[in-house]
Amino acid sequence: MKPFGVLDDVRKVFERSELGRGAREPLVAIESISCTFGEGELVSLLGPSGCGKTTLLRIIAGLMPKSAGSVRIRGEEVVEPHADFGFVFQTPNLMPWRSVIDNVLFPLEIIGRLDAAGRKRAHDLLEIVGLGDFHASRPHQLSGGMQQRVSLCRALVHQPTLILMDEPFGALDELTRMEMNDLLLDIRVRTRATVVFVTHSIAEAVYLSDRVLVFSRRPGRIVEDITVDLPYPRSAATRYTARFSELDQRASRALGVIKDVPPPVAHGASDDGPHGGVHGALQGGTHGH
Amino acid sequence: MVECTVRFRVGPMATERSAMFDLSRVDWQRLALPPLGLIVVVALWHVACVGLDIQVSVLPRPSLVLEAAIKRWDLLLSEGWVTLKETIYGFLLALVLGIPLAVAVANSRVLNLTFYPLLIALQSVPKVALAPILLVWLGIGIESKLAIAWLVAFFPVVVDTAAGLQSTPRELLELARSLRASPWQIFWKVQFPAALPFIMTGSKVAVTLAVIGAVIGEFVGSSEGLGYLLLSATSQINTPLAFASLFALAILGIVSYLAVVLVERLLAPLLPPTTRH
Ligand SMILES: Nc1ncnc2c1ncn2[C@@H]1O[C@H](COP(=O)(O)OP(=O)(O)O)[C@@H](O)[C@H]1O
Ligand SMILES: [Mg+2]
Repeated sequence: MKPFGVLDDVRKVFERSELGRGAREPLVAIESISCTFGEGELVSLLGPSGCGKTTLLRIIAGLMPKSAGSVRIRGEEVVEPHADFGFVFQTPNLMPWRSVIDNVLFPLEIIGRLDAAGRKRAHDLLEIVGLGDFHASRPHQLSGGMQQRVSLCRALVHQPTLILMDEPFGALDELTRMEMNDLLLDIRVRTRATVVFVTHSIAEAVYLSDRVLVFSRRPGRIVEDITVDLPYPRSAATRYTARFSELDQRASRALGVIKDVPPPVAHGASDDGPHGGVHGALQGGTHGH
Repeated sequence: MVECTVRFRVGPMATERSAMFDLSRVDWQRLALPPLGLIVVVALWHVACVGLDIQVSVLPRPSLVLEAAIKRWDLLLSEGWVTLKETIYGFLLALVLGIPLAVAVANSRVLNLTFYPLLIALQSVPKVALAPILLVWLGIGIESKLAIAWLVAFFPVVVDTAAGLQSTPRELLELARSLRASPWQIFWKVQFPAALPFIMTGSKVAVTLAVIGAVIGEFVGSSEGLGYLLLSATSQINTPLAFASLFALAILGIVSYLAVVLVERLLAPLLPPTTRH
């Protein structure tokens, strides 16, 4: 895989002036982060809330200046946003005064590429996410999950080569979230884009990613770089394999949510009970023992 | 007047839930009750005048006011036109100057700190007190009325527009920035639509104040306009004509308010649904 993004010793300190009244000292949000990711890779940033994941994503996007270090995408230092990045926010963040299709077309309008091909792509994307019939609706007429799907289309419509996603499915119910995970994997195969995906869900990170970078508590550091060797395409069955629960457990351990359970035994049968999050990981561990 | 319509519409619907589905009944009340209120008040007025034998110079009977209005309709119309012009020009000037100032104040900390305190100070000066000074500067023509109308309408436009612009969700601004939107695109495609409901609210207040500003200007010194007509009618103890000008002023105020509401309706496709009535 060609190296696509290189982060070298990235540091972010919020100065007292940025923190508002009563801040006695600067806040070190990110201590030092170095990593690389390859072209077409799907990398998750997994960490407890407040550890600096959003901050790092904003820095990669060029939306926020870093205090030290370097971020290079395709060998080029990021100092300002690139129009061929796509950003999906934690909330759907749609414009209430625009219809669904006009929300999706917004990026093309801004970068001046609103042509017939772009319009067709926007409609196709809505079709893919199952909202073809809703192009004329207003955002408030859609459920949270549907709105987030529109926002996914908006992030993809200008064919970005790098998609940055900040806990995009965090506010959705479990069932919708799983659907969205499969949708994302499907879209990623079609677009072959590189994805940096922020989440605080262990199962989601393992299910989606080629690699999971586990963050420490604030100030953020990478404490573990887990390569997820589960084959694509992944499906619900993937979640019940022994390898999945091993990886899930390794991530949980790196996060520090399980301490007293010994590491899993590598062979493990694949007919373990259901897994997911800490609970699943604990179960897998007991079995392995 | 408009307030009153709203209350009549909401009242029965809120108390009797079934009325919500009985459209004919709600429509009937909406159509019949406001004129009925007017008729009741006018009838009481008439009864009071006749019953208490009030002099015409103090309070003329409704019929006399109507008579004066019909007899001098050309005068009311031409003077009303003058006041309407002062109101509209003052209001439009408040929009034309107020919105850019709000944009500057909302986007620049320096400009905010420089101009906002001044604006607050300006607002705390009673405009009536400024009227004589403006008259000295601008003369008794339309300019001084326009200036006062502008002055009173300016503040709500600036404050509401600035509040609207600042209410733009930060993540929408980041989305625009992540696509390298120009400042103009950010304003026109994100901030302005986000602020539009606020601008409409401010405009409705501003246009009502602009009418008051124009009349204050006419009171302080002028040779035309409904305010002038009202003053000269009272000085000649022509109370029916004074009352007729008063009603003309009320109609003028309602018409300009409804004009803004009409614009709001026309812009409805651009407004988030929660602010639509
Ligand atoms: N714009 C900002 N100004 C000041 N402090 C910030 C800002 N953004 C984030 N922080 C602080 O940096 C830390 C990391 O925040 P964030 O990156 O949002 O964490 P996460 O996304 O992992 O939950 C938090 O303590 C937060 O309060
Ligand atoms: Mg976050």
